[in-house]
Amino acid sequence: MRARSIPYLLIAPSLGFLTVLFFVPLVQTIALAFQADGIWSTANFSRMAGDLNFTDAVVNTFEIVIIVVPLQLLLALGMAMLLQHVRGGRDIVLWIWSIPLGISDLAAGLVWLAILTDKGYLNTILLGLGVLSGPQSWLSYETPVTLLAAIVVAELWRATAIVLVILVAGVQLVPKEYGEAAEVFGATPWQRFTRVTLPLLKPSIQTALVLRTVLAFEMFAIVLSIGGRNFPVLVSEAFNWQYNQQDYGVAAAYAVIVMGVSLAATLIYLWVLRTPAAQR
Amino acid sequence: MTLRRAVFITGIVVLCAWTLVPIYLIALGAIGGRTVVNSWPKPFLPPADLSFATMREFFDITGVWTSALYSVEAAVLCMAFSIVLGVPGGYALARFVFPGATTYRLLILLTRAFPVAILALPLTVGFIRLGLYDTPFGVGLMHTTLALPFAVLISASLFQAIPRELEEAAWVFGCSPVRAFWRVMLPLALPGIAAVAIFAFVISWNEVFAASVLTVRHKTLTAYLLSVLSESPLHVQFAGGFVLIVPSVLFIFLVRKRLFSVWGIANR
Repeated sequence: MRARSIPYLLIAPSLGFLTVLFFVPLVQTIALAFQADGIWSTANFSRMAGDLNFTDAVVNTFEIVIIVVPLQLLLALGMAMLLQHVRGGRDIVLWIWSIPLGISDLAAGLVWLAILTDKGYLNTILLGLGVLSGPQSWLSYETPVTLLAAIVVAELWRATAIVLVILVAGVQLVPKEYGEAAEVFGATPWQRFTRVTLPLLKPSIQTALVLRTVLAFEMFAIVLSIGGRNFPVLVSEAFNWQYNQQDYGVAAAYAVIVMGVSLAATLIYLWVLRTPAAQR
Repeated sequence: MTLRRAVFITGIVVLCAWTLVPIYLIALGAIGGRTVVNSWPKPFLPPADLSFATMREFFDITGVWTSALYSVEAAVLCMAFSIVLGVPGGYALARFVFPGATTYRLLILLTRAFPVAILALPLTVGFIRLGLYDTPFGVGLMHTTLALPFAVLISASLFQAIPRELEEAAWVFGCSPVRAFWRVMLPLALPGIAAVAIFAFVISWNEVFAASVLTVRHKTLTAYLLSVLSESPLHVQFAGGFVLIVPSVLFIFLVRKRLFSVWGIANR
């Protein structure tokens, strides 16, 4: 009888901790979002939707996710494939490529701010090439296209590494014999990639996409450091309502929206990229 | 063939530069201080007179250093809590078959699908009541909810990789289960647990939203930098960004061998 209780004693601390600091706050936020003046209502959501920045925040967030996530997947796939052919120094190449994994979105934003600011390094290069004649601003509200491009580049720089690491871990699980067999039967390198590697990588691609998309919906510090308030996204609005306006209800409503789209995206990936039971 | 090889190597080098050059540039901005930040066109080499004075300017940005200390405090707490709470859970998953194990694993995985924002908001109120608001301790607690799921799942796979027979042999030789765990299992799992600890540290060190919402005067480095974004001079921001990056780069170097086993787990 005592032995049977051991695993429960072992999981109890973590479960208790997560109950108090995860599940309870989760329910509280949802309750907070759907309450105003102590009664159940959708007032917070109407205030949120009525705010000037709301439409921009929704559009910007989806714009970033839709542009960045596929690019990151392609770039990481390319890097993972290149890595298979690296002979010497594979470890060091992999280390360099995974460095951004440890860099926070705030730091990444500041890095690209240093490069893209009016008197930054990009403009110095453009000056040297004769494209520019003086400092030029790329990150103001008057240049929405370059501002978006800057955020996309910064996100690509920072967060491709996580996709890469998941894909490399996945590639290592694929037996070499499969590719060799395909080669024996006369498959071209491209055919081997699309017919053998890619289908076998599907579970890893799914994991990478779920994780990346959820994190991309959460992005806000990179946007604030590069664009300030010129480029509202969902979480930066949640932050603003909480921190500057001290309106917890509307902030909670934003948080609920972010949670909703994250969960929806996760379910879509799980469904679209599911592996039929027979192939497992 | 040699041409293909050349193109291939160029690709590798370009991708390495794409990662490293931006870090080099912010280091220039951080160490060069006010003079480099205001110069135009920008020099691509460190100032020839990289003197003690400019370096001192960097180390004198007190806001950055005091908040970095708070960050370390929160991150160490997060690390300790994640290990103490998470490793037993991982051990339970690896060594016991019990009703509810799948549910537990699923709950742990599920936590990763929720944004930080949704947790941090009500915790503000709760923390004020408990006196944890505006303390690195509170931030560390909050960050533990982010790192704990990783700690459980990674340590579960660590213990799974250690043959059960080793532990059973210790029992046969008269060790109590606790002693067997302590003397046999733990030393074998230790390198992996160290990696878990480093992950927990980095997760806390880098987190921005919760840290900003839960602190006012005792801000961690990320929270401090976010709050001064629009008002402080650029060289302070770059210095802060650089200080944020340095430990992360080192940590990724320390755990580079483990990165893949960690994310290999995430695939299952």
